[in-house]
Amino acid sequence: MKVVVCVKQIPDPADPGALDPESKTLKRDTKLILDESDSYGVEMALQLVDTAGEGSVHLVSMAPNNEVGGLRTALAMGAESATLVSDDALKGTDALGTAKVLAAAIARSEPDLVLAATESSDGYTGTVPEMVAELMGLPSVTFAKSIAIEGGTAKVQRQTEAGYDDVECPLPALVSVTAGVVEPRYPSFKGIMAAKSKPVDEVTCGDLGIDAGSVGWAGGGQEIVSIADAPAREAGEVIEDEGDAHERIVSFLEELKVL
Amino acid sequence: MGLDKIWVFGEANGDAVATITLEMLAKARELADTVEVFMAGDGDDYAEELGDHGAETVYATGDLDGAMQGVSVASAVAAAIDSGDVDAPDAFMLGTTQDGRDVAARLSVKLDAPVITNVVALEVDGDSLLGEEPIFGGTVDVKTKNTSGKPGIFLVRPKSFAAESTGGAEADVEDLDVPDLGATGGATVTDRFIEESDGPKLDEAAIVVSGGRGLGEKEAFAMIDDLAKAVGGAAGASRAIVDAGWVPYSMQVGQTGKVVKPTVYIAAGISGATQHLVGMKGSKNIIAINKDPEAPIFAVADLGIVGDVHKVLPKLIEALKG
Ligand SMILES: Cc1cc2nc3c(=O)[nH]c(=O)nc-3n(C[C@H](O)[C@H](O)[C@H](O)COP(=O)(O)OP(=O)(O)OC[C@H]3O[C@@H](n4cnc5c(N)ncnc54)[C@H](O)[C@@H]3O)c2cc1C
Ligand SMILES: Nc1ncnc2c1ncn2[C@@H]1O[C@H](COP(=O)(O)O)[C@@H](O)[C@H]1O
Repeated sequence: MKVVVCVKQIPDPADPGALDPESKTLKRDTKLILDESDSYGVEMALQLVDTAGEGSVHLVSMAPNNEVGGLRTALAMGAESATLVSDDALKGTDALGTAKVLAAAIARSEPDLVLAATESSDGYTGTVPEMVAELMGLPSVTFAKSIAIEGGTAKVQRQTEAGYDDVECPLPALVSVTAGVVEPRYPSFKGIMAAKSKPVDEVTCGDLGIDAGSVGWAGGGQEIVSIADAPAREAGEVIEDEGDAHERIVSFLEELKVL
Repeated sequence: MGLDKIWVFGEANGDAVATITLEMLAKARELADTVEVFMAGDGDDYAEELGDHGAETVYATGDLDGAMQGVSVASAVAAAIDSGDVDAPDAFMLGTTQDGRDVAARLSVKLDAPVITNVVALEVDGDSLLGEEPIFGGTVDVKTKNTSGKPGIFLVRPKSFAAESTGGAEADVEDLDVPDLGATGGATVTDRFIEESDGPKLDEAAIVVSGGRGLGEKEAFAMIDDLAKAVGGAAGASRAIVDAGWVPYSMQVGQTGKVVKPTVYIAAGISGATQHLVGMKGSKNIIAINKDPEAPIFAVADLGIVGDVHKVLPKLIEALKG
């Protein structure tokens, strides 16, 4: 079984950076790391291949400046190889453009299963995976909290507003997984050493047969027209609990007449 | 000057139209002359309520028989527009829900039109719309314009607009035929499970009491349930404890969970990460209990208690019960 996992490489969320008012893109001058959201997809893929007793996990990522930091982390977890799409023409690419690039890159390895995260930590459009499925002509199940593969069919528990649905989907298919559904393994020392020599295939738009005019700033159908500070919420009264703080909460609720 | 026509994606909870759909209808009416709904399921079941909220027509696919809404509805809409059976609207509005996102994403590819996501406000801008999105935990607002020359697709966050009845007549119901989906239609729902607890619904309750990792252990969440019961509210949670398996996802408040705007939000043992804040910052009053005086949750709290949840909550529950 061949599983491809989409992994986004993002600036460390602990240091979120800022929007560049000139280019209206996130300033990405820090090193990129593996999006935590995608660490669940990587772990899920490794477990599925492990359960199947055969197969391999391949990674696909689109990132500027030939960044491989996040890919190396996922390779160290146990993925076999990676494709990185990096091209100056991709600057400013929106969700649809990203999906076009990923779909072209994924198609090259003809996977049985494509995994992605329900939403990324920095972009959180939550639309890229389903767009990839549409572009590849695949069925899809989003918001998966568990996946089992049984005889060419993915059995998925899909989160809903009120609970979850059992969904069955023939392979090949795309499934997006929600955060926290598996415990991503920490790369071992051996894994980290091995990752250094695992193949990372770096490709450009041209290699994928993608017209540079259909992605990037040129291809994007949307434009940020203003950036402004949101009205801030003021902090109110803060008290230290001396054993009677509950009384202040009760009186606060009484003042609001909600009791 | 508004747009000519907006299509709103309709969703339902059983017999009732989902609140997010009614919220979007209220806004769409301000933005366009004609507002129509497109949805999966039987349009006749919802035509009266949708009409009462300003929809003139409901385009409905009929029962999908377990097929996924995303691919079915998007394919049906694209086919209807392609065949000339309906005129394309100037914009689509869909809720930021599981199915809303799926439909928007599939439609985006089919129409080669962009999706503008996480929208909390909309305004007319020439013959298109501007969508406003909060970023960095709601500290910065960006406005995004659809420049594609195609109908814009806007994914709207719940609780961004107030639903409002107009007393309009029952909406006309039209068929929205789902074409042959080929391989893309392979996924089928075989069973549905509801995990929601009793009591008021999380996104409708006047008081929401949420617990986080600061509770220390799963068993301590009973204090959150008890407090919610004592004040007639609903219990919620941070993602940290949903991920840890203490409570189901349906209780999660935040960017990937529910958006709540109660009269009072009580956060116990929650740090106030930006992704949590975007789900509850719109609450009228916020009470936070956290042992760390530096916790970011205090920056948005009207009443902040620097203290231990294991000390404060039992006394509070006792006092409210008494
Ligand atoms: C893409 C993405 C989406 C996300 N979506 C969401 C979302 O929808 N909702 C969400 O909540 N999070 C979301 N998160 C996660 C978010 O970033 C935080 O990790 C999470 O909210 C933290 O939960 P917490 O506050 O319970 O835990 P922590 O951040 O660990 O905070 C625990 C708090 O409890 C306090 N504490 C500890 N012991 C006690 C005690 N005895 N008494 C009182 N206080 C105590 C601590 O001081 C601390 O402030 C998302 C993250 C990403 C990357
Ligand atoms: N540039 C990218 N490279 C690889 N995968 C991506 C990229 N952008 C989005 N994805 C995948 O799509 C998921 C959802 O992203 P988004 O739609 O931006 O919220 C991510 O978590 C990834 O799995």
